Amino acid sequence: MPRVQLHRIAQARSGDKGEGSNAGILARSEAAYAFLAEHLTAERVRTHMAAVNLGGVVRYEAPNMRVLNFLLEDSLGGGGSASLKTDAQGKTHGLALLRMELEVPQEVLDATPAPVGG
Amino acid sequence: MKDKVLIANGQGFWGDSILGPIRLLREGPLDYLTLDYLAEVTMSIMQKLRSRNPEAGYATDFVALIDRVLPELVEKGVKVVANAGGVNPHACKDALLEVARRHGVTGLKVAVVEGDDILTDLDRLMAEGEGFDNLDTGAPLAGIRDRVTSANVYLGAFPIAEALAQGAQIVVTGRGTDPGLVLGPLIHEFGWGPEDWDRLAAGTIAGHIVECGAQCTGGNFTDWREVPDLAMVGYPVLEVEPSGEFVVTKHAGTGGRVSVETVTHQLAYEMGDPARYLTPDVIADFTSFRLEADGEDRVRVSGSKGAPATPTYKVSMSYADGWKSVGQLTISGPDALAKARLCAAIVWDRLAYDGFEYGPDERLEEFVGAGECHAGIEGGTSADPPEVVLRLGVKGPDKAKVARFGPELVPLVTSGPPGVTGFAGGRPKAQEIIGYWPALVTKERIPTQVTVFES
Repeated sequence: MPRVQLHRIAQARSGDKGEGSNAGILARSEAAYAFLAEHLTAERVRTHMAAVNLGGVVRYEAPNMRVLNFLLEDSLGGGGSASLKTDAQGKTHGLALLRMELEVPQEVLDATPAPVGG
Repeated sequence: MKDKVLIANGQGFWGDSILGPIRLLREGPLDYLTLDYLAEVTMSIMQKLRSRNPEAGYATDFVALIDRVLPELVEKGVKVVANAGGVNPHACKDALLEVARRHGVTGLKVAVVEGDDILTDLDRLMAEGEGFDNLDTGAPLAGIRDRVTSANVYLGAFPIAEALAQGAQIVVTGRGTDPGLVLGPLIHEFGWGPEDWDRLAAGTIAGHIVECGAQCTGGNFTDWREVPDLAMVGYPVLEVEPSGEFVVTKHAGTGGRVSVETVTHQLAYEMGDPARYLTPDVIADFTSFRLEADGEDRVRVSGSKGAPATPTYKVSMSYADGWKSVGQLTISGPDALAKARLCAAIVWDRLAYDGFEYGPDERLEEFVGAGECHAGIEGGTSADPPEVVLRLGVKGPDKAKVARFGPELVPLVTSGPPGVTGFAGGRPKAQEIIGYWPALVTKERIPTQVTVFES
């Protein structure tokens, strides 16, 4: 199976939520959503983001929007204004998730338009 | 009743561009302009400003905006709903009436919605049985009660609708929900009732889509190469029908893009459980609606469902939570990252020599440019960047200890490795950390009040 970045089949938007962040993963097609709903588990996201997120990960599904929503429960280095980090609001956590490499079936790639400019 | 109402949001937060609302008024038709100025820490900052000056404590940007657009606003009859009141909505209203007087505008009706500020009622409410336990941690408020600096209830949309019913052209609120700024006018225009759950949910979802301004019209969008003319990005405009069905769009000829993807990006922003988006007015179900393209730069949202609201309001409190200090220097190559690591070690060693040691939880080292935002994530770092920004910080309860850090950063320019520069801005200073304390309060204990004033 081809190995691609999550970015090839999904988009993302993230931001702060209390002492953690949420990252919405937006599948680029129905086929990509079905694939990600099965394979992009909370555990997989927790492992990928472990250097940033010290807490657990909870996953929610919104198939009407083709969105999988991940809550990273301790990812900001403190809530409110306590964080010293550059990305104290988790604005870049969605893009960090899109760096994940996945083995994706060719038929899912064929059914999913690629982003312009890579 | 109108067959549709046009509502635009021109401000996503305090600090957003003033061009958003100016261009919304100038470049197309509108019935309502909403403006969101409040973030969670904003109320605490405003409370501090007010404690020094009884005339302060609101979003002064809003008054500056109205000063620029008032003649156009009056001529076009566009109504404005803004949470610019902060912790001092009457001072905000007085400033607006003064602007109207200077412009020679008489008969301008400005409403104030209040009741959200419960700072001085906390002890009474606690005596009546409100625990204000922290929603995230479960801890009781008693542990930090003496350090609370602001306490505000997120009010719903009905007081805003009431203000509009009383004829206000400008509605000034304190803390309320962001989507309520949009839902309030819809309740007023279409006569939606407090148990019209699906319609209240639709208005809430519409409000959520536009509450961060250009974040739904192509700003902060994954496929940024596909977004035309971000410089002239159009802020979002909603066309809402009495049924609650609505279209997200922007004025013709503006930059940016409205597509199912750009709207979905914003729907996913700050999302928790999508099936239960809680506001004081309704529980909106973000898994219920359908999104579809409806022509160029138009997205239709239909089929929104809602469930009965909870009996509580969310309360946002802030409290003094220690001190922090952060500063940065730029380190050029060759060997930028290795030299930056040496610089960090030098600062900590010199401070330790002087008796100031900061534990792992009390200090921060960042190497911006080497892959800091995505450090430790596959593909997220570079081993030999041509230059890096070294960012160091400390925090803790002892202000003197935190303040001692700043003066040890800049000496690296002459007493560290070569290529250290970029120290403009002076020594980093100790700043107070504002802690955030979310809690709940029983709705019945929070009276709201609407008053209309005239220029």
